[in-house]
Amino acid sequence: MKTAQVIMDTGAHAAALAVKSARVDVVPGYPITPQTSIMEAVAAMVENGELHARFIPVEGEHSAMAAAVAASAAGARVFTATSANGLLYMHEVLHMASGGRLPVVMCNVNRGIFAPWTLWADHQDSFAQRDTGWIQYHCSSNQEVYNTILQAFRVAEQINIPVMVNFDGFAISHCLMPLTLPAQEDIDRFLPPYEPGWRLDPAHPSSFSNVTNAAEYAPFREMLSGDILASISLVKQAAQEYKEITGMWDGDTIDTYLLEDAEVVAFAVNSMAAELRLSIDILREQGIKAGLLRPRLYLPFPTEDIINAIPQNAQIMVLDRNYNFGHPGGILASELKSVLFGRRNDLTVKNRVVGIGGIDLTRRFMAEEILSMMEE
Amino acid sequence: MTTSIKKLPDFEQVLSGNGACGGCPSTMALRIVGKALGPNAIMLLTPSCAVASMGMTPKLAYNWPCINVTFATAGSSASGITHALEIMKEKGRLQGELPTVFSWVGDGGTYDIGFQALSAAAERNDNMIHFCYNNEAYSNTGVQRSGATPRGSFTTTTPTGKRQPKKNMTRLMLEHNIPYVATATVAYPGDLYDKVIKAKSIPGMKYIEILAPCYLGWQFDMPETVKMSRMAVRSGAWLLWEAENGRISFNSPSSLIISGKREAEPVNEYVMRQGRFTRLFKSAAAESRIAEMQADIDCEIAFMRERAKITT
Repeated sequence: MKTAQVIMDTGAHAAALAVKSARVDVVPGYPITPQTSIMEAVAAMVENGELHARFIPVEGEHSAMAAAVAASAAGARVFTATSANGLLYMHEVLHMASGGRLPVVMCNVNRGIFAPWTLWADHQDSFAQRDTGWIQYHCSSNQEVYNTILQAFRVAEQINIPVMVNFDGFAISHCLMPLTLPAQEDIDRFLPPYEPGWRLDPAHPSSFSNVTNAAEYAPFREMLSGDILASISLVKQAAQEYKEITGMWDGDTIDTYLLEDAEVVAFAVNSMAAELRLSIDILREQGIKAGLLRPRLYLPFPTEDIINAIPQNAQIMVLDRNYNFGHPGGILASELKSVLFGRRNDLTVKNRVVGIGGIDLTRRFMAEEILSMMEE
Repeated sequence: MTTSIKKLPDFEQVLSGNGACGGCPSTMALRIVGKALGPNAIMLLTPSCAVASMGMTPKLAYNWPCINVTFATAGSSASGITHALEIMKEKGRLQGELPTVFSWVGDGGTYDIGFQALSAAAERNDNMIHFCYNNEAYSNTGVQRSGATPRGSFTTTTPTGKRQPKKNMTRLMLEHNIPYVATATVAYPGDLYDKVIKAKSIPGMKYIEILAPCYLGWQFDMPETVKMSRMAVRSGAWLLWEAENGRISFNSPSSLIISGKREAEPVNEYVMRQGRFTRLFKSAAAESRIAEMQADIDCEIAFMRERAKITT
């Protein structure tokens, strides 16, 4: 390990620095709050020569993802970023990236969806993209954003599936935290140059996304489904090797805190999960054996790791920052219940929807929520 | 001098055995375009007849690497490819002459759903050729109206004939101040060939629109594609011109119509041969509807004659 540099930086700028560290080739971008600062930083780095890449100032997010997909098909390493309605606007092309097996990496800075209009964080935007065939990470600190983008490129390019790296608007994107930047030499060792197995090449004329019959279409979809599941091992490997090279660890598919002997397990993603560690401390001070399980990976859902990690007979308190419309509660709780069913009948799952549209989630508030859920 | 059809290169980029209709103007035009572009090119398509007829996976009738992109994104997708190629060359990962990046898109993917992304790519002056093969309707989905459908035309969504004039896409592209804009049609293959050769040599955004008479949508006899194309030009319903850095010049025979050396043929003869207009002739308002169509043509000729005098 070479000497790392430690600075104070925002989550958005940490993302831009990861783009630079990853030696990305093409960045199509369109501004949307709170993601804009990432694009501004990348555009500046390209302009001043710090990052040898092309920044394409497209006219909207649908085009941003289209340009990303096409640049990736041409053989380039590609990054873009968005938030909320920008992500929804990309939806059609997200399917093209995954169906086309193109290893695009994108940051989604989580923000509530309009109508009505909100600028602040919740997780409706990324969870609404569940069925697009993307791998999804959710990060809880600025450092994790930086680390995860590098791991995301590695996983994406190993298995040819696009990866979305999510983190909360403002709480992460706009707040300063200490950030350790490994030496470029170490990053290069972790993330080798992108060598596509296939690209648009006049020396080898071939069609991409041509018309198929069911006999060809169905196997493509089956392969995608299987490979998304198989990416779990690559996610773990990437986290492990990143740790070996840089000394940093954010968890692999999951991150836990005081989980081993926990009777009450908080279950949540993103910045609220970082704050939840403090809520766990409050509960522990009151004599409650509380712990935390934070899925870093939302898709593929880390079923086995969750099932193996939760202690016997625990009560799981799922705090969802989103709605699962048409069902009571949130999306994470539904996902969790579906994987526990028939396998961990010893567990109880309780669920609250909190923090919608950026309502502040303090350690005390969440500790009290968990206490009141225990009484249900 | 316009290149004679006899002098076009022998090689073919459109291979035999594709799924296009007999007399398909898109395939005919693409064949000529291929002779000008040669094999060192990357082709983008959006959902259209050109995709439906290119062959089923894994077969391909076009001798280029082809990518089918989402309907609205020909402009931005071509930008992605062209920037990727340029940066990979800068970084030493690609050698030799970079391929020409071109989109082969219908009027729907150009005038309507694809307009935003195309307009933005033009404003950025990204290096590509956007070809619009304009058959004046959504022919692939069974002939619905598009922004390119001319006034009076019957389609399945304009059952009494379209009331609005068509959008003037070539002029819109001209006003994007891009290096090259041209019109062409299949009856004048040498003119099309020369324009593609020219476009290929110019860096930045190039737009070439090819009027593509579609027997299915226009309802004429399949062998008459070229004849309809020629009649469109002779009536002035389609003008052949090109603009290099905003400087417009007209190509024969449109140049003769513009300069007044030749009268445009009356629109009646052109429209009478097309089933898409014949319902108009049976209606009580036939005369006024046809007069509207003639007025649209006369207005365009007059406008272009004056517009060409403005150089920037």
